[in-house]
Formats: sequence, C-alpha cells, structure tokens
Amino acid sequence: MTIRVGESAEAPPFQKAALPLLEDPQLRKNVRHATDVIQRKRGLVVAEQTDWQELRNAASAIKAHTLRHLDHYLVQFERACTAGGGQVHWAADADEANRIIAGLVKQYGGNEVIKIKTMTSDETGLNEALERDGIRAHETDLAELIIQLGRDRPSHIVVPALHKNRSQVREIFRERMHLPELGDQPEDLTAAARHYLREKFLNVKIGVCGANFLVAETGSVCIVESEGNGRMCLTLPDVLISLAGIEKVIPLFQDLEVFLQLLPRSATGERMNPYNSLWTGVHPGDGPKHFHVVLLDNGRTGILADAEARQTLQCIRCAACLNACPVYRQTGGHAYGSSYSGPIGAIVTPQLLNMRQGQTLPYASSLCGACYEVCPVRINIPEVLIHLRGRVVREQKSTLDPEALAMKAAAAIFTSRTRFEAAQRLGRLGQAPMVSKGWMRNLPGMLGNWTRVRDLRALPPQTFREWWKAREKAAGKGSHA
Amino acid sequence: MRISLFITCYNDTLFPATGQAVVRLLERLGHSIDFPLEQTCCGQMHYNTGYQQEAMPLMRRFVRIFREAEAVCIPSSSCMAMIRDHYPKMAAEQSDPGLRSEVEELLPRVYELSELLVNRLGVEDVGAWFPHRVTYHASCHSQRSLHLGDLPLRLLRKVRGIDLVDLPNIDRCCGFGGTFAVKMGDVSAAMLAEKMRDVENTAAEVVTAVDNSCLMHIFGGLHRARAGVRVAHLAEVLASTQDDGAQEAGA
Repeated sequence: MTIRVGESAEAPPFQKAALPLLEDPQLRKNVRHATDVIQRKRGLVVAEQTDWQELRNAASAIKAHTLRHLDHYLVQFERACTAGGGQVHWAADADEANRIIAGLVKQYGGNEVIKIKTMTSDETGLNEALERDGIRAHETDLAELIIQLGRDRPSHIVVPALHKNRSQVREIFRERMHLPELGDQPEDLTAAARHYLREKFLNVKIGVCGANFLVAETGSVCIVESEGNGRMCLTLPDVLISLAGIEKVIPLFQDLEVFLQLLPRSATGERMNPYNSLWTGVHPGDGPKHFHVVLLDNGRTGILADAEARQTLQCIRCAACLNACPVYRQTGGHAYGSSYSGPIGAIVTPQLLNMRQGQTLPYASSLCGACYEVCPVRINIPEVLIHLRGRVVREQKSTLDPEALAMKAAAAIFTSRTRFEAAQRLGRLGQAPMVSKGWMRNLPGMLGNWTRVRDLRALPPQTFREWWKAREKAAGKGSHA
Repeated sequence: MRISLFITCYNDTLFPATGQAVVRLLERLGHSIDFPLEQTCCGQMHYNTGYQQEAMPLMRRFVRIFREAEAVCIPSSSCMAMIRDHYPKMAAEQSDPGLRSEVEELLPRVYELSELLVNRLGVEDVGAWFPHRVTYHASCHSQRSLHLGDLPLRLLRKVRGIDLVDLPNIDRCCGFGGTFAVKMGDVSAAMLAEKMRDVENTAAEVVTAVDNSCLMHIFGGLHRARAGVRVAHLAEVLASTQDDGAQEAGA
C-alpha cells in the first residue's frame, strides 16, 4: 500500500517550510489580498442567508450519516452508476488509482488527457504518473494551468495559484506560451489562456476530472466550477474519467439542495457557481461515450476508523477555513507541503499518512477557532487538531524527547501545591542572571523562540498566592488550605 | 456572594496584579473572596499540546477543590474555555460516572470574570475610573469558545474617564496560541506584527483583554519595539478608581 498525499513525504516540518515564505513579501501580499477579497465576498453572501446555521447543521448531519454507512452508499452509487452506463473502479491507494487511469487512457488509445481542476489527482500525483507512462496531462483550469506551466505547486484548495499576482502570471505565460508581447491586463491573460486551451479542448479525446459530489441514489456525479473550462472537458471528449475520494458520496439527489447552497458561498463567495455540471453514466449522442469513476481510498478508511477524527471526512473542500486562518494568511499553502493546505490540510494530511508524516501540521495552528466558525459542514477543526496532537505525542514521540520530559515535569509540579510553590520560588531565583531592568530579552533553548521577537517580563517578586497569604495573615485569618 | 477565585497558574506566578485587582473589584462590589491555596493549573497547556493524559489529574484536582463553591471566578478566557469545552469530554472518557456528574454539576457555577460580573451578578457599571485611551483585544477563546460577545465592552463602556477605541480586525488571532508561540515562533511573530500594527493604529495608551496570555505576547512585542503602549487585564481597568489612582494599572 502506497499512501501518498502530493509530495508530502519529502516535505520539511511546517515551521521550517514556512521560513522562506515568511521572507517573501510579494507572496504574502498576494495571499493576504486574495484571502481578504474572498472572505469579504463570503461574508456578504453568508449574511444574506437567514438559515445558514440550519444549512450547516443539515450538511453536517447528512455527511455524518453517510460516513457511518459509507459501505452501503458506495455500493449503491456503484450500482446506480453502472446501470447508467458508467463503470466504477476501486483504488486502495494513490498508485492503484494512477495505474487504473493510465490503463484506461491506453485502452482507449490515447496519449494525452485534458483535466479539470482536481485536488484528488494532485494527492495521487496523477500527472507525474501519467507522464511516466508517456501520457501528457493538460490542466485546463486557469489556476492549474498557471501552476503547471510555472512548474509550481498549488497553494490553495480552491484557488491553487492564489500566491501569484497578475504580473507574475504574465511572466509565466510569456515564457511558456512563447508570447513575448503579452500584456498584463486580465483580458490579455484570459485571451492567451483561451487560445492555448481551445486547441486542447478540440483535439484531446480523453478528459479527467474529480468530483464534488457522488449521488448514491442516482449514480450521478456533480462538479461545480467558475470558468466553463470544466464544462468543456466534461462534454467534448469521447472518454471521461472521474477520480473521487470515497468520502464524496452523498445519499440522495435532494441532498444537493443543501450542499449547492453551502459550497459556492463558502468557497468563492458566490450565491451559485457559474457552472454546475451533473451527469449520470453515458447518453448516446450526448457527451462522452465512455464514463469511468475511480473511487479512491488512499488512507480514508483509516480516518473513518478514528471516531474522534472521523468528522475530517465531512469536508467538501470549500477552503473557507484557509481563507479565515491567520496562520495560512502569513505563509500561504506551500508551508503545508501537501495538496491540502490550511487548517483542513493540517488535519487531513497527517491522517491520510497514518500520522507517520506531517506530524508538525497539527501544531501549525494557534487553535483560534476561525476555521470551525466558517466551516459549512461544521468540522470542529481545533478539536481534531488537539486530538491529533495527542496521537503525535502518544504514537510518535519518544518518552525521552525534551518536550515530553518538560511536560511530564510540569505535570508533576501542578499535581502538588508544595511542588508548585517551590517551582514558583525556584523560577524567581533561576531567572536572576537573565533579567535586566525587569525584563528578559534573550532566553535559552525553546524559550529563545519567544525572546527572538518578544521581550518577557521577569517574574514579579511576589506571586499572587504570597500576596494573598500575607493579606490573610494581616487580617488575622491565617492560611486556610 | 462568596466567590471562589481560580486565579490560574500563570496569573498566580506572572501577573499577581490581575488577581489583586479581581479581589479588589469583587470586594468593592460587596462580595467575599475565597482563594483555595491547593489550586494550581487547569491543564490547558498539557491538553492542547497533546499531553491529554497529564491533564487528567489536573481536572480531578480542579473539581475536588471547587465542587462546593457557590461561584468560581476565572480571570482567563482560555482556561475557562479549557474547563467548559474539554472537561465534560475528559470526564466522559473516564469510567467514573461520579466524576462525570461532578463536572456536570460544577460547570454552571464556573464563570469567566466578565460573565460573572454581567451575567451572574447583573452589574455593568462597577464604579471604575480609568482616564486613558484604551483598546480592547478580544481573545480567540473569549470570542469563539465562550462567545462573550460584547460583555467586556459593556463593562468598559461604563468606566468613567475612559477613551475606548475599537481595535481593527478584532476577530483576528494575535498569534499567541500557547506553545504555538514557541513551536511555530516565526509564524507567531508574523501574526503578532500584524496585531501590533492594528494596536498602534488606534493610538491607544493601553491594550486590555480578558487573557493575560495574549497580553504577555502583545506587550512582549510592543516592548521590544519600544512602542510606548502598555497592557492591563480587564480586571485591572475595572478595579481602578479615582481613589487608588489609575496609573498603577498595568504598569
């Protein structure tokens, strides 16, 4: 079994990966600007929806129910999709999914595919796998095209090129599309992309897409998008292959009512997506002649088995949590070293990898709770982050780890009044060499991370309890422990 | 009313002035204070960093010390949130139905300071006098865990002489986050830099909050930058009167 989430296996720890990004003012400006704009738009369209909280509750309940009966709904989906003329494949991990898709492309005699934006294919590393099999994948989503041409990595789940601004995009297009005269106005850039992509749409006969929702009842697949390039990929090719995580299934067609209100408002601040594509199997004379769905596990059943973290799989990949996150705001998505960034990435990635990689990600949060507040399916991300920190400590940390030892010592201090009061006195004595004019400016070890940018007040000469005891004594009451 | 004070470990050790202000304030309002000396820590640092086992005896300790209390006052929204959000779940994980019901019975009597004042004691004007330009930082736990809403601001608006100015981006985290501040020091610093800009834009003399942890972080940055802005816990602002002189608060 090869569980892979993008390139996360090679990713450095979050705090290390964040460093070069924190020192890139242009990138940080782009991230701040883009997330501010989306957040503002989201705020307006969420505020006008009077039943927003009820919608969130409904979505959460539907997803929780589906996950409890996932086996049932997946088999129901397979049956309905097959009855509609589609074919369903089951992939245990990234490699198997990639193998199935490469096999299908060859089976239909193709050597290139056009793709709709799908983060799931980034998770499996599909493009690279296809390339190794001599198949070229052309991204057609504008942002994914920018990423592919710029040999970059996506930094956001919904807006993968959010870290690039217009003039940076122009540079990429100018070089990679060989357009030395290209202007930097939005019209110039979209015209260049349209010209470049139209040729692919008309000539490539196999399309690859993801899925926003799989409807178990009808066997339908639903994809929402903004550009219409996706609609081209879904309708023009002879063969369509959809790669979908098993958590994308919902029970009923009617459930879309809930999700199609929540998703666009949360993701792009739109009341409705400009393009909502929904299809069931194949229809003679209309759209692709062959349709395949590849259902991907790649670590998801492992998440399902953890009752406390299972809610992670409720995610509909709207990225509202990324836009709201004060940590993501500073670093952008590349620091997370995964296809999935931001708060949801911090809980999805290490879990998919069974906590063996991405162990710093649950700590890449101040637990401020902004993610939970905006989550349209009510995933309590801070609660899951804390749970995963517990798993890191229990499953991965050596008991001789300095942090673990310090925490054990602190726990011993806090379980005894005598030890606690002794520690307070000891701290006051021990700090003396580091204190200057009531402040500490250069502390050793882990605390050096504090004093690198912040001063720390020295411990005051009297603790609160010492003051209290003196006061009680003066009042003639004595100590009443 | 007899109010039991859970001062929290870091207020006890690092910010005794806050505890003294709570005592002064509540006694001024006619209540008597009990401070059980056996108290130490709520377990938040351990719990949130992943050492959940180590937090368990601290929860038991808190429950044992305060189970008879008429009301418990906690001048820290993050410790309050630890207790309210996590204790029930922690207790439920123990095969100890007695503990579970003790936590359940105790929790409704445990209040963050501004909750105690406004919701339990029904007071907004505490008779304070604080003639300074002040901005209020709403900590994440106060906003999104305890949902304090405008409770602290309602108290501040009734303070005589205060020049209360809104902090821009009040819903954004300052970057403290407990062990986050050292584990992810550089990201925390970047978040702090933004918060400091917002504070400086208010031209406030004093930043106040219901959490000294955020204030320790914000003041640490402001002091390093020689910004000339000081911090004071809400209790210190509310405890100030014309008699004792406001200049002491947060000095």
